[in-house]
Amino acid sequence: MIKIEHLVKRYGDKTVVNDISFEVGDGEIVGFLGPNGAGKSTTMNMLTGYLSSTSGTVEIDGFDILENTLEAKKLIGYLPEQPPLYPEMTVEEYLNFVYDLKRCKLNREKHLAEIAEVCKIDDVYKRVIGNLSKGYKQRVGIAQALVSNPRVIILDEPTVGLDPKQIVEIRNLIRTLGLDHTVILSTHILSEVQSVCDRIVIINKGKIVADKRTEEIATAVEGNRRMSVRICGPQKDVLTAIRSLDGVYAAEAVGQQDMDSITYVIETSEGLDIRKPLFHLMASNGWPIIGIEAMGANLEDVFLTLLGDTGSKKKKKSGKKEG
Amino acid sequence: MIAIFKREMRAYFTSPLGYFFIAVFLILNGAIFAFCTLQQGSDSNLSRYFTSILFAFVILIPLLTMRSFAEERKAKTEQLLLTSPVTLPGMVCGKFFASYAMFLMTLLVGLFDLYPLYKFSEDTPNTPRIIGYIIGIALVGAAFVAVGIFISSLTENQLIASLGTMAVLLLFLVTSFLNRYIPFPWLRSVLSWFSIYSRYGNFTYGYFDFAAILYYASICFVFLFLTVRVYEKRRWS
Repeated sequence: MIKIEHLVKRYGDKTVVNDISFEVGDGEIVGFLGPNGAGKSTTMNMLTGYLSSTSGTVEIDGFDILENTLEAKKLIGYLPEQPPLYPEMTVEEYLNFVYDLKRCKLNREKHLAEIAEVCKIDDVYKRVIGNLSKGYKQRVGIAQALVSNPRVIILDEPTVGLDPKQIVEIRNLIRTLGLDHTVILSTHILSEVQSVCDRIVIINKGKIVADKRTEEIATAVEGNRRMSVRICGPQKDVLTAIRSLDGVYAAEAVGQQDMDSITYVIETSEGLDIRKPLFHLMASNGWPIIGIEAMGANLEDVFLTLLGDTGSKKKKKSGKKEG
Repeated sequence: MIAIFKREMRAYFTSPLGYFFIAVFLILNGAIFAFCTLQQGSDSNLSRYFTSILFAFVILIPLLTMRSFAEERKAKTEQLLLTSPVTLPGMVCGKFFASYAMFLMTLLVGLFDLYPLYKFSEDTPNTPRIIGYIIGIALVGAAFVAVGIFISSLTENQLIASLGTMAVLLLFLVTSFLNRYIPFPWLRSVLSWFSIYSRYGNFTYGYFDFAAILYYASICFVFLFLTVRVYEKRRWS
């Protein structure tokens, strides 16, 4: 459905997107994941024909976006990073405008009513867009991308600025859309792609660092169980003691949070619970455990491992986003 | 293109700008008309009115065109237009015709000012000549709107778009008046070719100047073409 080959975008001598190639099949939901400034939005802008590429091609269902522009654009519904809304229009006027703009041939009333219902904007249908809340604006933006029922839907950070309830709703909506559309969505929130996408493409500094099915990526790191433990006691002795336990794969001290306790990250073999032996061992030595926290392997680990960015790993851990 | 035209027209009437434009246009138009023709001792010759109104356009047309592309760019709504199945020329023409339609409509309403002339004037107004004038200013208006649209596409700041348009339009007009003071004949002839005002002259004698129509049409074309180029260049930059 979508075929991207050797896509490059340069601004002067700054390369924003550097030789990206991937394909998206019919009916697939692909998550496009990367930190801010990785080139996600630029790639999406090139996919939709808003920007041209410096080199490389984008084909939508066989139509080159720069050569057969109109045919290719007819197949795409796009929600840019900032929803392209006209604040002085009502939702109804706006969707009718988009309907005309996309030269939609479906039954106008019925089609727009359906979209409004799917996106849950029917209760604000007659209101002026400028007065809507951020969540509604975002949903009107998504509704806009659905007009004319395009086969490809491209959503750039669709859940930014929404409250948790709305995020869940939008995710459900995207999952529904994925049933009969090809969807590409970009995000920097890992749980989002994990819960919605079939496939994940991870991009950093303009390059693809991973392109795998969601399950593959998740299982890739679930080999070991990790937990973080806070223990009061002399660091060196505690470490030696922990490492002497059966099933401990690796242990290291990661930091001192207060005067006498130190946090250790312990990795154990799969399917083994060492919390009880650990407790008894520490108790017999007179080193109190003041906290145990499981660190489930998730996409964040994959992500950070793939980026090879161990420095920010610890920082991000503490402020983990569960969007 | 039609969708964009319709949206633009609606935008004029759902924001204060359209009403503001109409009000300022009609006030200036009425005032100029009154000063030029309704004063004691003036006759039904409208040439002064139709010359002065050109200067009013320098202020009025930027009001009409300043937001056209600048606002879309600022609000990023242009992303919708540029990723929809619409060609760039279609998009630019939609905007141009919306602004121009607004201009023509207001111009036509302003023509009611001529009523007292027909009603109370002692001599009969020269109707074919007035029609010539009207066609003339409608054409000048088209050229000015195209200039305004072009300048609006260069910036995302509406204020800069309007001031820039005013400056350029003023320059267009003033060259015709200052031309005679330029000591180099070659420069004079070049500038007079560019002068929007000098082409306007023939219409005021009541004859239909096809060369002038072509001239104004090509001014429109050049500026709309440049607008399309601005968008193409931004896409490729």
